[in-house]
Amino acid sequence: MVKIKKYGKNLLLELYKKMLLIRQLEESLVEPIINKKIKTPCHLYSGEEAIAVGVCANLNKNDVIFSNHRSHGHYLAKNGDLNKLVAEIFGKETGCSGGRGGSMHIISYKEGMFGSVPIVAGTISLAVGTSLLMSIKNQKRVSVAFFGDGATTEGVLYESLNFAALKKLPIIFICENNFYATHMPIKECSANPEIFKMAKHFMPSVRIDGNNILKVIETSKKFINLAKIGQGPAFIECLTYRQRGHVGPNDNIQGKQTDIRKEKEIKSWLSKDPIKIFERYLFKTKLLNIKTKEKIDQIIQKKIDQSYKFMERGSCPSKKQLLKHVYNENK
Amino acid sequence: MKKRNLTYSLAINEATYQMMKKNKNVFVIGQGVKSPWYVGNTCQNLLKKFGPKRVIDTPIAENVINGIGVGAGIAGGRAIVVHPRMDFMLYGLDPIINEAANWQYIFAGQSSAPVIIRSIINRGGEQGAQHSQALQGIFAHIPGLKVVAPSTAYDAKGLLISAIRGNDPIIYIEDRWLYGQEDNVPEETYNIPIGKGIIRKLGKDITIIGLSYAMVNILKAVEELKKQKIDAEVIDIRTIKPLDINLIIKSIKKTGKVVIVEAAWKSGGVSAEIASQISEKAFSYLKKPIKRICLPDTPAPTSKILEKAYYDYISPEKIIKTVKNIIK
Repeated sequence: MVKIKKYGKNLLLELYKKMLLIRQLEESLVEPIINKKIKTPCHLYSGEEAIAVGVCANLNKNDVIFSNHRSHGHYLAKNGDLNKLVAEIFGKETGCSGGRGGSMHIISYKEGMFGSVPIVAGTISLAVGTSLLMSIKNQKRVSVAFFGDGATTEGVLYESLNFAALKKLPIIFICENNFYATHMPIKECSANPEIFKMAKHFMPSVRIDGNNILKVIETSKKFINLAKIGQGPAFIECLTYRQRGHVGPNDNIQGKQTDIRKEKEIKSWLSKDPIKIFERYLFKTKLLNIKTKEKIDQIIQKKIDQSYKFMERGSCPSKKQLLKHVYNENK
Repeated sequence: MKKRNLTYSLAINEATYQMMKKNKNVFVIGQGVKSPWYVGNTCQNLLKKFGPKRVIDTPIAENVINGIGVGAGIAGGRAIVVHPRMDFMLYGLDPIINEAANWQYIFAGQSSAPVIIRSIINRGGEQGAQHSQALQGIFAHIPGLKVVAPSTAYDAKGLLISAIRGNDPIIYIEDRWLYGQEDNVPEETYNIPIGKGIIRKLGKDITIIGLSYAMVNILKAVEELKKQKIDAEVIDIRTIKPLDINLIIKSIKKTGKVVIVEAAWKSGGVSAEIASQISEKAFSYLKKPIKRICLPDTPAPTSKILEKAYYDYISPEKIIKTVKNIIK
């Protein structure tokens, strides 16, 4: 385990709180999804928090991330506004995308979360483009593309790896391998399930335990810093597991009882819950105790409650909004 | 305003050079940008003047290249993405249609994805089906994209500048056979409003609407028609989307008759859209049914007799014949 001295007590606790915030937010969405109060498809990040939080811990405000359909975690890890996220999921005009995007199209531009869209692998090339602009302007900034194992069978990833390596671009490719591409087990998709190997010819490429936040921080920090000094791109495959369904609260999409993951497998991964792992470390190093943990839980719960109240105060965009913003309206 | 003659391709070159000089966020990226075989002289001297960081000749990877243009635009840059043959850009439709076109709307205007996609239509030379397609119809269908198609050097420069200065994703349709067209072109930078067509020739007997390469054949036909005392009004739409329907309606009010000419397949494309809008908005002014002159709904063949027959569908002779049949 890494020394506390390296990261400081405050940072470690902040990271813990961030992971908890994501988890509690995602879990709070389960009931409204089941009750159909939320209609937009939600791809919950529960279980994968260490990756978003760990990587974003090394990013500045002017570093950029792009994400995919499972993006609530990335949005919050990059300091996106919680209230606006909840409002967006419920289709309110006060949402981060003005109620037009729902869960799958969220953005926090000012915080450097430049957008997430559900076309699998769709934002990878966008992240390359942003990193190219940073390189052209000689900026000490980095772009990060978050995507899953499902995206690694898309050709555009290969194109992106090649181009980024060719031009030594400041981009980090983060593959969140949760072993399932929508409903498909990775062994039925990839002839090469050791995903990091696909990038080895192009750039430093490693595979790490994505549920160990300290490992995620350490590894991503190294490559982010190298990218910022012109050493080029890197690929980090983070092994993890989604605790909820591909979409919605569980595997049983629409009650068809198909593509249910094995109970033994789910149990095994739940015992490797990234938040529990980190908690144990924080308890062991006395950065956290039962009292302080309770307090943190309460504070986070309060934030979540407030975000739902913010959401409720807002209304859905009116019909008048339908034809706006097709084209840019700034003159 | 100082003017001198410049070819269409050099007008594109000049617009690119001037905008790259003014704005360090502008860069060129695409296959063949340092090769005249691919892009004629539209990119000449750019590499020398701005270096390989801003003039990027790419590996063959249209999907990531388009995505790069879009991503750079989201971050405040202006990529001029070049596809030396429009056919190749089909590999990269996702970043244009799923991402760029939607970006502004789905984020309620907080972020936009401006990018200029130079889409070069090739033709003839026995290049055949995959080196000749005019696919503007696909892009005209998509909300969020603007589609322009200059037919003169003057318009080529002005529209490219306007595209770069704007904040929308723009499909910039070029035709390789227009590259040699010469025109009086100002030395300074200037805008041509996107969404505005232009009357190339005033007339009263019939309205002929065209775009891009079709304008060449239209103007030839009109010269001949003049000799036969037929006074055609010629509209060059210049922008495919948003279409300048008002200019068209005004003309049809006058003439009551219309032919649309496009160097693209007849079905399901831009000419059909123009005809539909005319029927919806100017029906009472029509004295005769709308006629369209387009390429046949076949892929382009290579063998010389077939190729000629293919392009003859939009020849000046065909235009003249069609106009005379309407006027009769």
